[in-house]
Amino acid sequence: MLIVSPRMAAVTQEKQYTPSLLSFFVYNPSFGPREGEEEKKILFYHPSEVEKNEKIRNVGLCEAIVQFTRTFCPTKPAKSLHTQKNRQFFFEAEDSYWIVMIVKNPMVEKPNKDGKPPTIEYQEEEVLDTVYGAVLRQCYSMYKLFNGTFGRAMEAGGVELLIPKLEKFFYRYLQTLHLQSCDLLDVFGGISFFPLDKMTYLKIQSFVNRVEENLRLVKYTAFLYNDQLIWSGLEQDDMRILYKYLTTSLFPRHSEPELAGRDSALRPEVSGNLLHYGRFLTGPANLKDPDAKFRFPRIFVHTEDGSEELHLIVYKAMSAAVCFMISASVELTREFCERLDALVGPQLTLLASDICEQFTLNRRISGPDKEPQFKFIYFNHMNLAEKSTIHMRKTASVSLTSVHPDLMKILGDINCDFARVDEDEEVIVKAMTDYWVVGKKSDQRELYVILNQKNANLIEVNEEVKRLCATQFNNIFFLD
Amino acid sequence: MATTMSEEHYLELCESPVQFEHASSVNNVFFDEANKQVFAVRSGGATGVVVKGPDDKNSIAFRMDDKGEVKCIKFSIGNKILAVQRTSKSVDFINFIPDYPHTEFSQECKMKNASVLGFCWTNWNEIVFITDQGIELYQVFPDKRSVKLIKSQSLSVNWYQYCPETAVLLLSTSGQGNVLQPFVFRNGTLSKMTKFEIELPVVPKPAKLSLSERDIAMATIYGQLYVMYLKHHSRTANSPSAEVVLYHLPREGLCKKSHVLKLNTTGKFALNIVDNLVVVHHQSTQTSLIYDIHLREPDCALNTHQPVLPARSIHPYRIPLTDGAPRLPLNVCVCAGYLWYLQVKLPPTVNLQQDKGKLMDFLLRRRDCKMVILSVCSQILEGGERGSLPVVATVFDKLNQVYKEYLEAEQMYTLAMESGPSRNSAAQKRPVRTQAVIDQSDMYTHVLSSFTERKGVCHKFIIAVLMEYIRSLNQSQITVQHYLYELVIKTLVQHNRFYMLHQFLQYHVLSDSKPLACLLLSLESTYPPAHQLSLDMLKRLSTANDEIVEVLLSKQQVLGALRFIRSVGSHDNVSARKFLDAAQQTSDQMLFYTVFRSFQQRNQRLRGNPAFNPGEHCEEHVVHFKQLFGEQSLMKAATA
Repeated sequence: MLIVSPRMAAVTQEKQYTPSLLSFFVYNPSFGPREGEEEKKILFYHPSEVEKNEKIRNVGLCEAIVQFTRTFCPTKPAKSLHTQKNRQFFFEAEDSYWIVMIVKNPMVEKPNKDGKPPTIEYQEEEVLDTVYGAVLRQCYSMYKLFNGTFGRAMEAGGVELLIPKLEKFFYRYLQTLHLQSCDLLDVFGGISFFPLDKMTYLKIQSFVNRVEENLRLVKYTAFLYNDQLIWSGLEQDDMRILYKYLTTSLFPRHSEPELAGRDSALRPEVSGNLLHYGRFLTGPANLKDPDAKFRFPRIFVHTEDGSEELHLIVYKAMSAAVCFMISASVELTREFCERLDALVGPQLTLLASDICEQFTLNRRISGPDKEPQFKFIYFNHMNLAEKSTIHMRKTASVSLTSVHPDLMKILGDINCDFARVDEDEEVIVKAMTDYWVVGKKSDQRELYVILNQKNANLIEVNEEVKRLCATQFNNIFFLD
Repeated sequence: MATTMSEEHYLELCESPVQFEHASSVNNVFFDEANKQVFAVRSGGATGVVVKGPDDKNSIAFRMDDKGEVKCIKFSIGNKILAVQRTSKSVDFINFIPDYPHTEFSQECKMKNASVLGFCWTNWNEIVFITDQGIELYQVFPDKRSVKLIKSQSLSVNWYQYCPETAVLLLSTSGQGNVLQPFVFRNGTLSKMTKFEIELPVVPKPAKLSLSERDIAMATIYGQLYVMYLKHHSRTANSPSAEVVLYHLPREGLCKKSHVLKLNTTGKFALNIVDNLVVVHHQSTQTSLIYDIHLREPDCALNTHQPVLPARSIHPYRIPLTDGAPRLPLNVCVCAGYLWYLQVKLPPTVNLQQDKGKLMDFLLRRRDCKMVILSVCSQILEGGERGSLPVVATVFDKLNQVYKEYLEAEQMYTLAMESGPSRNSAAQKRPVRTQAVIDQSDMYTHVLSSFTERKGVCHKFIIAVLMEYIRSLNQSQITVQHYLYELVIKTLVQHNRFYMLHQFLQYHVLSDSKPLACLLLSLESTYPPAHQLSLDMLKRLSTANDEIVEVLLSKQQVLGALRFIRSVGSHDNVSARKFLDAAQQTSDQMLFYTVFRSFQQRNQRLRGNPAFNPGEHCEEHVVHFKQLFGEQSLMKAATA
């Protein structure tokens, strides 16, 4: 599995194009079954400027492919279509509701002499189905988090309601899709958990329980620190997508005021007495503002019998953020927000500094974190816990990785192999650039390690990974 | 109304009072604090003396010659010698030791012109006379019927008080009587302690005796000796109501004013100490107040105390056959012929103190507190008077503080015993487990298990309470017992909160143990991730390798089990049969081949021969192997 990237043998003035979004559409074949009514099937189409007939043609093509492949396997129709220039992903989000995403393959443009048009090389193998399939499903999950299911909108107001909802949501959401930086972590859609000692964890529990007791309206609470999850009262699947929203959208948008100095205009006015640093990330920016609006984003989560709609209040003090979720049937008032602020603000400020203190203490005990020799990604399917030393930080725009895209591609390939079988497996790959890539799967856990050791042989690499497991993962059952 | 009032009586008289013939013109009644005995002396003893103690039902009855009016009568410790004072000059003795002569003998006080105010036994044969001119300590020899002076001190005495428990004698000296001189008796010696002065509210002019013995009492509270001074209100001294001032009298060092109890009223009072509480009885309202000097009052000046509970009267006691209601506040009712002991009844206090934190502080210091404390815990968790979580947390923290102190003392004791019993013997008293030590099993049995099973309680609250208790235990660094974790798990499972459970385990809030790991394994069918959680836990325990192998084999992960057993280095000791059985059951022939060969190799390495020992009971597997792969596939013993 050795890959030679054309990018490495760089020729001057070569132009590299990363994968990008060509089009994205939602349709339901049952809405326009008769000829001449095809347009009715289309619920959303990006880019919207595309001419109507072309839209109909593209949708029809997708429909046909899905129908055709269904004849081979009725339960598992095609999920993607590979072509030289692009790749199409099909996803039946709800019964008969299809979402299609078409991604332009990455390509290299090589200039030619003598004014000839440049040669274009499409790198169709660089795109991983698993990664973009996951991105597509995530688009739907995100839509559903804020809008509920398609079926729900149809029931409430038919296509007249559904279409504007789709437009409103996807118009903005698609702009935030950064297809060039999607990788294995998108496949996992994991949650990064904040490491914490038992006592501090119990204090947080105590805090959450007290607030929920005091503010009876609060139905669920989630607690995060440093953009990592500590506690979720929501069920796992809901938390997964909410976590994605918080860490890739909401938190990055609000990180600036804290980085700004005390006197900066960006910094929100700390309420009155400086007793606490609590503030609302959703809803009113400033409680003192007489014109403040007490409107919060609404989200939909699963319940035993369907779904429920909730207000999402995100409140933050220093690095600690808490999500309070309240039934959407209740109207939230200024009084409630003031009560919440007065109750939660001081406690959360204290707790945040406690956690910070514990965290630095623990770090000091375990020694200053030296840059390890190896980089790894860990994921546990059971609790969605992910840990990556490859990704440096997540921002609203891009997730920065510290390794070459080729290595990321190898990780993705190994992951595809793992997904095919149930057995525990181990794969060791020697990449072109002196790197060793090791993938391990044990029960429901996956570990990917990238080692930068020239001249190391297979046995040494194996030993090295064993050592890593013994130090980093000694408290879990990981078969060697 | 009447019933609610009676439910609120937190003081009561003991059920079986000491009965005696009531005082009359022919019958004198005396009470001896030291032996807690009541003496009924009829006609100066000629027609009989009856002595009744607090619990010994057998009263002592005897006769003695009537040699004049008895002023004071007391047994020495152990009822060995009886001392009777009939004149102001001398004390008479009668032996009560069998086989010793019973004839009375007498001792006059040594100081001339002095008159005896009274006497106290300080030992079975040591007695101190208190005269208006000083004190005289004597040793009595019953066999010789003689008395020998050990030591005397001369100083002018107005009155005296004696505390038998600490053997401290307090003398009132000076013209106003407010200079108090304590003495302590120990093994036949008499030592003078530092004298101190009671601050009088008004200094009388001209000076006259102003401090009455009625206003002074000595008591041991929480093991310390205090002199209590009932300071009446005085219009001139700008003190609107009476108060009790406590002077702490340490064994060594100066006596210091230490506590002030605010009575918030005026009138006549009497004092009692019950269960380390100061009980103040107010005569005109017939109510009593209780004070706990160890309770901190945040809103009061240092060591100023308000009553713990609102004033209530003592639970009425109906005296059979007589119409006289018990006279309050005395606990010896001389006229009626009854001696009661005052008791604190804890259950009514629960409803009188709304602040549950304060209530716990109060209850934790009482003698028979366990069941009441447990009932308070149940009360704040259930029903109409349910407390909020911060209240619950405060109560748990207070309980666990006491629990922790006991555990620490116990641990210190164990350590001391292990390091050798010879050294520092004073510190090696085994700590006493008082009722206030409420451990996890008490909480589980009496409070938590029934609380979690109660219908109609929101599961959120149940889990919050259990987590609060676990938090409190952790905060006190007490190891949490696994049955509490099981309660948490049970509750979470009952309400389908598997994800919560998962998170708790992920953060090791529910500490690892084999029972817990097994419980998790049993949950696998309803919650598949429990399998992983359980395996992780077994791995961390590091003493559960056998269990891990069992789990893997039961999942038919034979290779995994084999790899695991190798990684922990016990491949040489495991039973081959177990693995071969599991491999055979998978009907995966290649797997069976691999496992079989692996054990053959092991045999070769260990014994130089690939064959299985008869003791390993692998015959059927060898047969099975031959059937599948043929005789020639068996590893042969290397021939030299």
